Amino acid sequence: MKRYSAFALAREALSNHMGWERAWAAPQPKAAYDAIIIGAGGHGLATAYYLGKNFGITNVAILEKGWLGGGNTGRNTTIIRSNYLQDSSAAIYEKARSLYETLSQDLNYNAMFSPRGVMMLAQTHHEVRGYQRTAHANALQGVVTEFISPQRVKELCPILNIDGPRYPVLGALWQARGGTGRHDAVAWGYARACSAMGMDIIQNCEVKGITSANGVVTGVETTKGYIGTKKIGIVVAGHSGQVADMAGFRLPVEAVALQALVSEPIKPCMDVVVMANTVHGYMSQSDKGEMVIGGGTDGFNNFTQRGSFHHIEETLRALIETFPIISRLKMLRQWGGIVDMTGDRSPIISKTPVGNCFINCGWGTGGFKAIPGSGWAMAELMAKGEPGPLAAEFDMWRFKEGRFIDESVAAGVAH
Amino acid sequence: MLTLECPYCAVMADETELSPGYEAHLKRYGPGSSDEEFEAYMFARKNPKGVHFERWRHAYGCGKWFLAARDTATLEVFGTYTAQSAAPPQALQDKIKAKRPDWKGYK
Repeated sequence: MKRYSAFALAREALSNHMGWERAWAAPQPKAAYDAIIIGAGGHGLATAYYLGKNFGITNVAILEKGWLGGGNTGRNTTIIRSNYLQDSSAAIYEKARSLYETLSQDLNYNAMFSPRGVMMLAQTHHEVRGYQRTAHANALQGVVTEFISPQRVKELCPILNIDGPRYPVLGALWQARGGTGRHDAVAWGYARACSAMGMDIIQNCEVKGITSANGVVTGVETTKGYIGTKKIGIVVAGHSGQVADMAGFRLPVEAVALQALVSEPIKPCMDVVVMANTVHGYMSQSDKGEMVIGGGTDGFNNFTQRGSFHHIEETLRALIETFPIISRLKMLRQWGGIVDMTGDRSPIISKTPVGNCFINCGWGTGGFKAIPGSGWAMAELMAKGEPGPLAAEFDMWRFKEGRFIDESVAAGVAH
Repeated sequence: MLTLECPYCAVMADETELSPGYEAHLKRYGPGSSDEEFEAYMFARKNPKGVHFERWRHAYGCGKWFLAARDTATLEVFGTYTAQSAAPPQALQDKIKAKRPDWKGYK
């Protein structure tokens, strides 16, 4: 892999940019690998990357049904934060957020992490108490957040209407080191780094079946033939249940559609991320000037990557109330992604009933922010066969044993 | 927009008039059941990509719960029936089978 640098840019400028090499190779599958990751989204690629980087396992294939980063990694609103209530959530999301800070240098690929600050508005007294509690919990967890006043909210985001008639802003949970990233670049950067380590990223290769012998996985049937392996990691948000079904177990997951949309580009008008959970909406401004907007999920199982129109209307109604200046903006694009929702709204990083078959799913509406931490924890689980401290609480048996990591109250609306 | 016919008041209700209730025909478990049974009742879901049976409530209408058969991959609605049904009506099952020959049944 030729490194990207200012020097490389100057060199290529002199040769009409004809010398750039492919960012990642496009190999055909080998007969067998030490490990196979199903799903080349952010989480799958990050898992492969940390398998190589932290554990030296590089005889790895990453199989992707479509194109890499073409699922939810390319469909989210790119918010990165770690202000969670429960200790195990805060640990893995803070790990992810801290890895994002140096991700561009680590991958030699500009992931455009922008720690511009994330504020979650408190618009009811219940929310004020909830976020104050979260701020105290974060202080104990070592996650830097603070509960700020409405005046400080107005200073940080002048376009915000803090005196709304229905839900005036009573304060906010502020995480100054949260922000946004470039979602595609995260997938591309990990893919390039994995390819450079000698891993095979095989796109347009759908897994059709998982084979096992004596309760231990032996390989996968794919549209490009049978591939043998010693270990499998299933990292396929949206279709986790379908792939788990191939391996022969069931998950506590339901798939629903989550929508996002962007406006026409306008001049810079807000340099923070604002989430308003009482009225159901969140917004930030991209580098191109588009307002990036998200809201709540649909309430029924759906695999179509299309959501219900009335949810867009609800989201925009909420945001126009919060940001009156956007009322005349035109919306340019709208899309939906299929997210895994678990019973406690927390992810699953777990061993499964099948030997050497591991699963990473259930990130619900907030997977993008977790990509580096999720990959880090999943790689440790796959390499050692046992979860490390980050993944230990997120096993799939917690639902049977009642050990929920209940974030549905803390972050059930907008992740 | 998803439109379902309420089997009680026979109106075609828009999604905005309804509240979703997720998977139908779950077997209830209570005191005396094993951990596995209780987990299955509480959390394990079929979540199929294809034919699915769901509970819906006509929240802004008659207020009653009913059941619906729907395809989660195409959003096609096959039909609705009352919540007092222990299984989907045979006529509805036949209709789904005719449209989706690969369908393995509601169990």
